[in-house]
Amino acid sequence: MFKNFKHEKVETNAGVLLVFTMLAISAGGLVEIAPLFFIKDTTEQVDGVRPYTPLESRGRDIYIREGCYTCHSQMIRPFRDEQLRYGHYSLAAESKYDHPFQWGSKRTGPDLARVGGKYSNEWHVQHLIKPTSVVPESVMPNYPWLMTPLDTADVADRLRALRITGVPYSANDAEYQRNVKQFGEAVAKTLHIPDAQKMLVAQAQEGNFDGDRASVSEMDALVAYLQVLGTMVDFSKVKPEDLVKYR
Amino acid sequence: MADNAHGQPQSSGGVQTTGHVWDGDLQEFNNPLPVWWTYTFYVTIVFALVYWVVYPSWPVGKGFLPGINTVTYVNAEGQEESWHWNTRAKLLAETQEANLAQKPYFDKIAAMDFDKVVKDPELSSFVVSAGKVLFSDNCAACHQAGGQGKIGFFPNLTDDDWIYGGHFDKIQETLIKGRRGYMPPFGEALSAAQIDELANYVASLSGIKADAAKAAQGKELFHSHAAACFYCHNDDAKGRQDIGSANLTDKVWLWADVPGAETDAGKVDAVRKVIASGLDKGVMPAWEGRLKPEQIRLLTVYVHELGGGK
Repeated sequence: MFKNFKHEKVETNAGVLLVFTMLAISAGGLVEIAPLFFIKDTTEQVDGVRPYTPLESRGRDIYIREGCYTCHSQMIRPFRDEQLRYGHYSLAAESKYDHPFQWGSKRTGPDLARVGGKYSNEWHVQHLIKPTSVVPESVMPNYPWLMTPLDTADVADRLRALRITGVPYSANDAEYQRNVKQFGEAVAKTLHIPDAQKMLVAQAQEGNFDGDRASVSEMDALVAYLQVLGTMVDFSKVKPEDLVKYR
Repeated sequence: MADNAHGQPQSSGGVQTTGHVWDGDLQEFNNPLPVWWTYTFYVTIVFALVYWVVYPSWPVGKGFLPGINTVTYVNAEGQEESWHWNTRAKLLAETQEANLAQKPYFDKIAAMDFDKVVKDPELSSFVVSAGKVLFSDNCAACHQAGGQGKIGFFPNLTDDDWIYGGHFDKIQETLIKGRRGYMPPFGEALSAAQIDELANYVASLSGIKADAAKAAQGKELFHSHAAACFYCHNDDAKGRQDIGSANLTDKVWLWADVPGAETDAGKVDAVRKVIASGLDKGVMPAWEGRLKPEQIRLLTVYVHELGGGK
């Protein structure tokens, strides 16, 4: 078959060259990435990780829409300087319900993987509207339009799309019961797609993320999302050496 | 197109060519690679082989080759334990080593009363250098780099006016448990005229030129059960640190942007706005869990020493 195959044919035929080049560079990627899908210790077994509530999920959509990921990573690497500044290193398990994940690769601003609970809602609101008003040296742009009403009509459809990718939002009673068993009743209620819009409004009003209880704004959603980042796993209950053994 | 004359290398000026000829006379030299380059290449191959043996490398089945290099750390039971080299194990070992180096200082600070730590030259310089880093990473976003705060949002930590108390134990309590400010809005309970009177009274308490007649009315209202200001701010209007109500008699302002107003009328107006709409803010996050107890202790001393500690 390869008897009459000459290297010159590849060199003089752009299409063939393209195919072979792609084959060659895919090999490197496949060798590095594919095994992770089969190695059993890739995703750590830790308690607490749950899918985002409808409000947090909408906040995440806004995070992506505004391109926050282009300047902020969500991946604390296991280095001492990062641990001291940002907190415990990120676990694979913590982004298992993220589609797509927001690890990022660029830090013009700080890492946000554990920003949840670090600042008050009020600080986030003020900072998002005008970052330099609280951090004078900041180069982050202003996002004043986040104080506009959030479109909540399509939230069920958005969760349905995430469900197709494998995030355990429940579409029927059997799935809801499964979630009750896995996450407890309080969380399971927030993951039930038929109630999504109702749960979203309830969380926004109770949480009062934007300082205005009356309306549900995009700010409510984004701050709710930021405030949950990195807070799901209780690291006081995890032995550090157990996480070592997952690598 | 290349005119292939493979297998018949031609000599051009003594240098071997690949045998490819374009446009009749354009030839491709076949210079050998420099020797240093070739050997460096071979060395990298040997390096890779050694690396595969020493560090985690090839995937095998549902696992991978762990490599022979190990990292030793202390586990939760206090025993030494080794695991194949990985960045998490290395981080754990490095963190434990660094903690051990800082332990003598933290142990001393933990065993000593706060006011003695401040007087100890060695410990207080440790507090300043380590505390500055912790403060910058965790506190400066709100309280600003020097602790000067932001009027309308975050309290100044460098003055001697404390909402929840400026003693060491109160600062530590604030850091551990966090705080939540609240003042009910009076915009509906009181008439605009009444709020105006109250604003004039409160402003006059800090030496701002206010309408004396209105202030006198406001004083009465302040101490009446109708407005009930004295429930939280006390009879003397100096506030209560146990519930975080502000001292209204000093010239330090946090919520009403009095310093920002240029005229006396503007200053009264700033006070009026707070009385009318109340406050549902002033949240300080709880740092318990995010920071270690010894870090919170260190920050307590650092914040106290910013200038205003009692």
